[in-house]
Amino acid sequence: MKVELREIYKYFGPVRANDGISLSVEPGTIHGLLGENGAGKSTLMKVLSGYLSADRGEILLDGRPVRFSSPAQAIARGVGMLHQDPLDFPALTVLDNFLLGSPGSLFPNRARARRELERLAARFDFHLDPQTPLSALSIGERQQLEILRLLWLGAQVLILDEPTTAISAQQKEKLFAALRRLAEQGRTVIFVSHKLQEVEELCDRVTVLARGRVAGEAEMPCPTACLVEMMFGQAVPQGKRPAVPLGEVVLALEGLTVSDWRVEVRGLSLEVRAGEVIGLAGLEGSGQRLVLQACAGLRRPDAGRVLLAGKDMTGRPYEHFLASGVAYMPAGRLEEGLIAGMTLTEHVALAGRDRAFLVDWKAAAEEAARRIQKFNIKGRPETPVEELSGGNQQRTLLGLLPPGLKVLLMEHPTRGLDLESTEYIWGLLQKRTEEGTAILFTSADLDELLDRSDRLLVFCAGRTQLLEARRTSVQQLGERIGGKGFDR
Amino acid sequence: MDRQTQDWLLRLMGVGLALLLSALILLALGVSPLEAVVLLFHGALGTPGDLAAVLTAWVPVLLCSAGLLLTYSSGLWNIGIEGQIVMGAVFTTGMLRLVQDLLPPPLALVLGALAGLVGGTLWAVLAGLLRLYGNVSEIFGGLGLNFVAGSLVVYLVTGPWSRPGTGTTSGTIPFPPSLWLPAFPGFAVSPVELALALVALVLVGIALRGTHFGLRLKAIGKNLRSAFLLGVPVNRYLLAAFALCGALAGLAGWILVVGASARHNLFPLISSGYGFLAILVVLLANLNALWVLPISFFFAAISMGSLELVYERQLDSAVGSAIQGLLVLSVLLTQGLQRRLLEKRAGREKARPPTEEEPAAD
Repeated sequence: MKVELREIYKYFGPVRANDGISLSVEPGTIHGLLGENGAGKSTLMKVLSGYLSADRGEILLDGRPVRFSSPAQAIARGVGMLHQDPLDFPALTVLDNFLLGSPGSLFPNRARARRELERLAARFDFHLDPQTPLSALSIGERQQLEILRLLWLGAQVLILDEPTTAISAQQKEKLFAALRRLAEQGRTVIFVSHKLQEVEELCDRVTVLARGRVAGEAEMPCPTACLVEMMFGQAVPQGKRPAVPLGEVVLALEGLTVSDWRVEVRGLSLEVRAGEVIGLAGLEGSGQRLVLQACAGLRRPDAGRVLLAGKDMTGRPYEHFLASGVAYMPAGRLEEGLIAGMTLTEHVALAGRDRAFLVDWKAAAEEAARRIQKFNIKGRPETPVEELSGGNQQRTLLGLLPPGLKVLLMEHPTRGLDLESTEYIWGLLQKRTEEGTAILFTSADLDELLDRSDRLLVFCAGRTQLLEARRTSVQQLGERIGGKGFDR
Repeated sequence: MDRQTQDWLLRLMGVGLALLLSALILLALGVSPLEAVVLLFHGALGTPGDLAAVLTAWVPVLLCSAGLLLTYSSGLWNIGIEGQIVMGAVFTTGMLRLVQDLLPPPLALVLGALAGLVGGTLWAVLAGLLRLYGNVSEIFGGLGLNFVAGSLVVYLVTGPWSRPGTGTTSGTIPFPPSLWLPAFPGFAVSPVELALALVALVLVGIALRGTHFGLRLKAIGKNLRSAFLLGVPVNRYLLAAFALCGALAGLAGWILVVGASARHNLFPLISSGYGFLAILVVLLANLNALWVLPISFFFAAISMGSLELVYERQLDSAVGSAIQGLLVLSVLLTQGLQRRLLEKRAGREKARPPTEEEPAAD
């Protein structure tokens, strides 16, 4: 099915997410949509798939104009979208999720749906047990299920929004293979990403968006430098971590054992020195979050001790950790970090942990304006945080951290951010380490782990291993994450 | 049509809808709606005595609304407020019984007020502790505690505090006039009551708007997890919100015992649904302390005015509550419609192509 978008406009308040975008995608091809964060990629695709309605503009499928006012209408016409964060129901089983959203009877034919699911899964070499609750699946598996569901509903046009951010390398290979097959069968695939490498590997043609407009189009293959220039105007160099002289031991774990219902990290010992950066590598849910939370005082260890600057903090409440100079930045920016419905000024006043009784709103607004400038946040003191783009939310979170931290714990500090934002955020973090802050961070991006860390703590199903970042190659790291080199 | 006209039309529509539905109910009961309005108005504001009755009802609603602004903004549904009023009244009565023969009346009244504050606070903190450490939603905990408080009153009134010789549920022995709050001459409302209620509302308004306490409460209400990670001691603040709301409800309980037009004793159902009424008020005022003032007055007027209607036309006493309920539903419906239209309009206005003068947003 041929997809044409003509002069699409979509504004959110003063933000021009789509500012007259026209795009044409041929059937049987994989079309890349490239652009930095906030370039308008997701918005455009949500318009195409009926989640948002455009303020102005036209959508044509095979030359016929269509109007969608809901995703259900879009999928009925064969347009299905796979969202960045899966929109599914973790409490229900795989089969229930598969059935959800299917049109038709009050009493679905479960046996038939199950056969369909198994048939489709086999075709793409996906392994999904229909009876497993979705909460037990990885993000990658949930994505696979969503793709099957959309195909079952008759999707001719499949839109994938940043599908590779939270899945393993293996799952990525499977996903790409599946997409190639779909294109061969004549389906239209639109692949939204800000990862150049993936777009180069997968796509037949690429459209680059910047600031809500089309910045350029190219047939693949096309030189990387050319794409980067379309995205950013100029090439941004990737930075290796400059060495920082390390100080005293600020964080020490002694025989730490932490667990949740899925995984147990047993007997981890680690000493982290001031200014040091430790990258926590491993597949999602291998125990990295448990260790970070134990270091932040958010999870009580089953055994072992957590010491901050030599002081035993085991079992103390989170407030004591905060007071000792520990900060924790979880992955969900609007879930566990910022407060939707509150402005930047209010966040500044809140994070100041001021002992005064009355809020000095004027001072708070001025402080907010200063941080906006210092952290290069695209917003105003009175902007509610939910109106900021992901990168700007991340900068805001960094801007709210108190000065002089001893230990900074971060989950996926640059997930979903473009190259420029990533560089900027690591620049800020580098400065922190020069001031003596130790950083522990998780990431799914192997290059980021290798480039930004001094040492790597690799997790595999709760077991851990320490590596020197400088003496490790991407290949070695990938093997370790996959479980090689751990004694069974 | 510009936006303001549209907003006003919508509001008028909301009120119109409420009136229409109320009229239908009245017609079904065989009462002419016009006549009912006259009776309502007359009942509420016809004589100084009627107005005094409205003000008497207004004070506890205002106190409870002030307290509920705190819990509501921290994301709590303090349904237990009725029980907190009752416990305020129970503690007040207990304290007055203890000290009425020992201390001069003004001192006894002050001690009674303190006891009322403590009673309401205790009951609210109990609901808070159940929520924080017992994993019991404050809605269900509050409902349960309401029943317990009600049963406690029945037990006290028929048992240890019963009138000598009788065991009825009509209430304890009324306190002597020396323990009544002083009223305006010929106008049975005490300036003390009015002043307390207004001061409470002003203080809560200031707390929510201008203090770190209020800011943190609102942060908790909007996103508890984020507020906690940002370093807000969430449990302490939630308990504080409960405690303050309970204290204000307890104070309302005190006024329901010693107020100028009160019955001056403890009796079952002493809270008279004022707490629930305050929940509706706060819901309509949408966290705006200023709006609480007229809305709560209006509700108090309907409550009192409908008594006359009920009496004159021999209707069921639930008519007043039914009208109030319809009003709340209609207003909430209007607010919902307004939001929808606003979103649509925002979409349309943005659809204009940018002109040269407008600088491009970054």
